[in-house]
Amino acid sequence: MSENFIDIKNISRHFGSVKAVDNVSFSIKQGEFFSLLGPSGCGKTTLLRLLAGFESANQGEIFIDGMDVTTMPPNLRPTNMVFQNYAIFPHINVKKNIEFGMRKEKLSKQELDGRVQEVLSLVKLEGYEERFSNQLSGGQRQRIALARALIKRPKVLLLDEPLGALDKKLRDEMQIELRNLQKAVGITFVFVTHDQGESISMSDRVAVMNDGQIQQISDPHDLYYNPQNIFVSDFIGTTNFLSSSTGASNGEEIMVKIESIGEFSIRNKLNISENNSDTVCSIRPEAITLSPTPIEKGDITLEGKIENSSYYGELTSFYVKIDGAEKPLIASSQRFDNNSFQDNKCYLSINFEDINLLKKE
Amino acid sequence: MNLTKNRTLYIYVLLYFAFLYIPVMFLPLFSFNEGIHMAFPLKGFSTQHYEDMWNSPQLFDALGNSIYVGVVSSLIATMLAFFASRAFTKYKFWGQSLSYGAILTPFLIPEIILAIALLVIWVSIGLPLGLTPIIIGHVLFCTPFCMIILIARMEGFDNHLEEASRDLGEGVLMTFWRVSFPILLPGLIAAFLLGFIISFDEFLLAMFLQGSDQTLPIYMWGQLRFARRLPHVLALGAVIIVATSLIVMLAYWLRNVGQPQDKQDLTFKM
Repeated sequence: MSENFIDIKNISRHFGSVKAVDNVSFSIKQGEFFSLLGPSGCGKTTLLRLLAGFESANQGEIFIDGMDVTTMPPNLRPTNMVFQNYAIFPHINVKKNIEFGMRKEKLSKQELDGRVQEVLSLVKLEGYEERFSNQLSGGQRQRIALARALIKRPKVLLLDEPLGALDKKLRDEMQIELRNLQKAVGITFVFVTHDQGESISMSDRVAVMNDGQIQQISDPHDLYYNPQNIFVSDFIGTTNFLSSSTGASNGEEIMVKIESIGEFSIRNKLNISENNSDTVCSIRPEAITLSPTPIEKGDITLEGKIENSSYYGELTSFYVKIDGAEKPLIASSQRFDNNSFQDNKCYLSINFEDINLLKKE
Repeated sequence: MNLTKNRTLYIYVLLYFAFLYIPVMFLPLFSFNEGIHMAFPLKGFSTQHYEDMWNSPQLFDALGNSIYVGVVSSLIATMLAFFASRAFTKYKFWGQSLSYGAILTPFLIPEIILAIALLVIWVSIGLPLGLTPIIIGHVLFCTPFCMIILIARMEGFDNHLEEASRDLGEGVLMTFWRVSFPILLPGLIAAFLLGFIISFDEFLLAMFLQGSDQTLPIYMWGQLRFARRLPHVLALGAVIIVATSLIVMLAYWLRNVGQPQDKQDLTFKM
């Protein structure tokens, strides 16, 4: 069992002048639930299709389980794919769809039937053998597509936005089911999505892509709390960006100045240079504590005026105007709603550890 | 709007269909009439003309020739049209619309010009006239029709299905055999049937390029010179009308088989 189960080395795929995937290198471990996350056109689907063998690389190499698959056609690769539209064969029934890829394995009828039942029960669709694609709902089609791929017992399962076509409630259910399924079968999953919530809730690790390049690869927690750059910080969740400039550094910590807040010293996790005026501080809305009365605790305390609010049920987002700031700060609160504040006056507090210093791009 | 409630439109539609079908209905009507003259009043019911038809060996030779020409030329045309429509629907390439137009041209050139051109070329090469040049002419003429049918059918074809088959372990040929061919088969049969019908009743090309072998339309035209032979041509015409309608209905039905309801068409898009 090698540590790097899938090795992608300097892979590029260009379409004319468009660099869909541009010199990308990374590895995926065996049994990992790995997500490729990014906005549409970022190259994540092209990268998945490179892994499946539907696209050929202009440059670079791909290894799966120690085998060079760079120029291998898709039918010989140890990968199987769940397509975005599921691509269930319309002219044959569910059973024949699932058996489709087993022709070359030359199993006896009993063995084959056993395998079909096994994957059907895995996706909880026993009894659907005789149905045709047009007699199935979107969620059922997706399960059949999964079963059809899993019966092959692939080394890697590739999933191209498989939840995109489902409604929200079903999508949430399938997220949990897919995650459980992956743990049960132990197959390496490579999952493409543009939905940051989806990737964060399901994955062991996430690769955030933009413009054909990897922006950051981390586990979901790190991605959220320690973004490496503005793109990642902006793409994952909601955040406040405040222009800042750096002062002197003592190695561990650095002096930072934000016009509307003042000067303070925070950890310099990304080793940003001293006396740099092209920096940005990112503060998550939930890291800002909001109160109708003055707050004692907190590294930074501020006064503000609520300009606007949006109620989401489990929390309320407030848009708070701070003296000297160009944009209102977004702060979210579970405790307070629009009626909690007199004359829209509010008090805020922020801790230094919740401020991420980033370089402007 | 409810069509039947608007009397003017209702009459217009009735007149239109009368104009369309009454002349055609004269053939079966007179084919069952006793006597040899196409004139009212009708004299009485008779199947005599059908018996005459049954007993003319020349007619069956011509029918055999027509079926042979129709099957061979439509098979070739369907195949060529299949390759072309695959290319047009699956890929984007330079000169796409130009070559599409070029393939459809025989559709637009007056048929007589096509016939003369083929005759001149065939004779100048020094080859004998006969069924072979007719087949070649019909392939040329039928291919655009078949292509239009197949393109309409293939535009709904999901290329991911082929990728899924590749992904599940099948090579290019088995993917075609197990996925693309069965899914596209109804369209292929529809294209073949339409090509056959077009070839079957094609007159000008067959007229110019015929040798000693006649096709059915040429035979019928030849018979019109003899008043006595006319009624059994009427009988033959009636039979052909019925057979053609059945084939067209079959082709139309096949074209939509397995297509989602919203992609079904009411026309052949010609």
